[in-house]
Amino acid sequence: MSTEIEYKKVFGRPESLKDNPTHYCPGCGHSIAHRLVAECLDEMGLREDTIGVPPVGCAVLAYNYFNFDMVEAPHGRALAVATGVKRVHPDKFVLTYQGDGDLAAIGAAETIHAANRGERISAIFINNAIYGMTGGQMAPTTLLGQNATTAPRGRDARLHGQPIDISSMLAICGGVVFVERCALTTIKQIRKAKKAIKKSFQCQLDDLGFSLVELLSPCPTNWKMPVKAAWDWVNEEMVKTYPLGLIKDTTGYEDKK
Amino acid sequence: MPSEKMLMNGSQTVGEAAVRAGCRYYFGYPITPQNELPEYLSARMPEVGGTFIQGESEVASINMVLGASVAGARTMTSSSSPGISLKQEGISYMAGMELPAVIVNMMRGGPGLGNIAPSAADYFQATRGGAHGDYRTPVLAPAGGQELVDLTFEAFDLADKYRNPVMLLGDGLMGQVMEPVVFPDFIDLKDLPEKDWALRGCKGREARAIFSMILGQQGELYRHNLDLQKKYDRITAEEQRWETKYAEDAELIVVAYGTAARIAESAIEDLKAEGINAGLFRPISLWPFPLPALRELSKEIPKVAVFELCLGQMVEDVILSVGERAEIYFHGVPGGLIPTPAEVAEFLRSTVKGDGKVGRRMEV
Amino acid sequence: MITRTIFAGFGGQGVLLMGYVLTHGAMHKGLDVTYFPSYGAEMRGGTANCTVTVSDKKIASPVASNPDILVAMNYPSLEKFESTVVEGGTVFLNSSLFEERPSRDNIDVVPVPIIDLAREAGSERGGNMVMIGTVCAKAGLLSLEETIKGMEAALKGKEKFFKANQKAIERGFAFAADGK
Repeated sequence: MSTEIEYKKVFGRPESLKDNPTHYCPGCGHSIAHRLVAECLDEMGLREDTIGVPPVGCAVLAYNYFNFDMVEAPHGRALAVATGVKRVHPDKFVLTYQGDGDLAAIGAAETIHAANRGERISAIFINNAIYGMTGGQMAPTTLLGQNATTAPRGRDARLHGQPIDISSMLAICGGVVFVERCALTTIKQIRKAKKAIKKSFQCQLDDLGFSLVELLSPCPTNWKMPVKAAWDWVNEEMVKTYPLGLIKDTTGYEDKK
Repeated sequence: MPSEKMLMNGSQTVGEAAVRAGCRYYFGYPITPQNELPEYLSARMPEVGGTFIQGESEVASINMVLGASVAGARTMTSSSSPGISLKQEGISYMAGMELPAVIVNMMRGGPGLGNIAPSAADYFQATRGGAHGDYRTPVLAPAGGQELVDLTFEAFDLADKYRNPVMLLGDGLMGQVMEPVVFPDFIDLKDLPEKDWALRGCKGREARAIFSMILGQQGELYRHNLDLQKKYDRITAEEQRWETKYAEDAELIVVAYGTAARIAESAIEDLKAEGINAGLFRPISLWPFPLPALRELSKEIPKVAVFELCLGQMVEDVILSVGERAEIYFHGVPGGLIPTPAEVAEFLRSTVKGDGKVGRRMEV
Repeated sequence: MITRTIFAGFGGQGVLLMGYVLTHGAMHKGLDVTYFPSYGAEMRGGTANCTVTVSDKKIASPVASNPDILVAMNYPSLEKFESTVVEGGTVFLNSSLFEERPSRDNIDVVPVPIIDLAREAGSERGGNMVMIGTVCAKAGLLSLEETIKGMEAALKGKEKFFKANQKAIERGFAFAADGK
């Protein structure tokens, strides 16, 4: 007598991700962020209508992993490119996925003005406080005292300026409807991040304006830390400069408890 | 229906021609002397259901163009020399990604901020690929007026045909001069060839990415560059444009483009009264340069006088075309002053006499 | 036939508008025409000028070596451009504003008391229209009707000025005919 076992799929690769191994280092936050974005697109039925713009930086090859249309932008220009795409296809879903160097340093002008125009775009902002792809140079978001290959004695406010909190800067722009900062280093925060990403996507679908989700992300390689230490450093140190939580919300959405 | 004859300055002319050629997305940043173009389109685009955005910089504007282009639209930006320098990064990316767009440069004098008087000192930048990498952009150089209309249409067609940015190269004077022009009817956007490469979401097909970074270890970038070169070779073979005037019985051939060509043409006409017969060879495509045509002409008329609104850039292409077959003389007026036909006539007289008073013989 | 005219004066004297009227009138007449304004920094310095070239053939250069006609609305303009006028050319002067006259004797000089004439036509503000009327008539560039058409095209959307401007242009034509 045979026993019929019913299998129920409880976990799998989202359709919005390709079946490609990533080049990201062990312990990096990008893979988690990719998965969250992909899950949200799947769950909201957006994959086939999405055009994504990756940064120049570690996620420059994101189009090898994301399973939707993507266009490369020059370093920092993702939100300008996304503006062009969105204006041609106002009925499509447009997102950028940018690192701190891309979004907050070289692309600061493009970021601020796209946000201020209230472009109907969702920006995913990966803040790991370092330049990853080029090998650990100082980022605009590098913490005070944090070492980088171009700040070998640690970031010094007098010499390098303070770490920039671009999310809070964007929050004062009129065209911005939703900004939230989450971390990719605890289960609770990852769940919050997913919720924030979904909300950001909803802002675009409802034609409300610009939204951004900042994700504090570990970079064990360039921080020169073991994975566990890097994740702890996000939770213990980064959050002091970049406090987690809602920064702006004028959506009027009522969050389900 | 074609328009009635209308009086417009050169910048407005390009704006209206672009709209009629199917451009619905313009992105630009103010800079004199081409502001009449964005100003015109800021009013005109909403009338035709198009989009006008004043970007926060030239850099942002060219990247908005990149985005609109990858989305499948006919799109344009414009600027003047310093602003065009800022757009070069985006142009290089678009060349690498094979994205069509039209970039208008109403040149002013440099280097640096220079001033807003007309100039033609961006020839090298325009024709040699102004940014990094092994790429080319077709460059069309109208002489103003009606030709601004015709070449704006051609620029969009060329861009789409070759999936490549195309530059329309005018100057500050051309942008300001008002002349009668007639516009062809609006093209029907539905008549344009389908851009099956454009990004509109992946419904019904595989997801697609358009990018210029090619990291493969198996010579992928090398092959991409060779493919691009094949395209540039095709453009070189098929898209050379020039005009020859008064060349019969000419003892001297004048090579000039754009505004310089018009000033030179008046000088040539004035000199006929003195019995000096000069012909005009006017390159209309600066890249590809109409090298074989000039070479042929120089075989019949072995004296060539090059006149430019700069201190000698196109003259290098003339040397490549003519080589040692003919004597080559050059006279240039750099940005900051507008030369008159009388000044060019002096150069041509001097060249005919060989007295060396105006202009100089080029060493080949 | 090719005629190159430079209009020059202070900003606010309607210098560029005179050029527009001639340009539109010439196009209406079926002639080729180019209008080249001075532009940029000097515009903001308070002086303005434009070159209008009119021809029955295709015009090559919009830049003129030597104008056939100079319309000087103030003395600095006369000083600046007098020497460039071709031999046998004509200089029209705003004699309501300055008494200086060209030092050359190989050009025609036509002083036009534009303010007095404009006042007679109904409005002191029509001085530039009196002047363009005088220039078009005297130089045989445009007929009265063509000049009025040119003015109407140049001021499209500002119809309320048509009537007064027409009177001023007519006054200019009358002045050109009999010097009164």
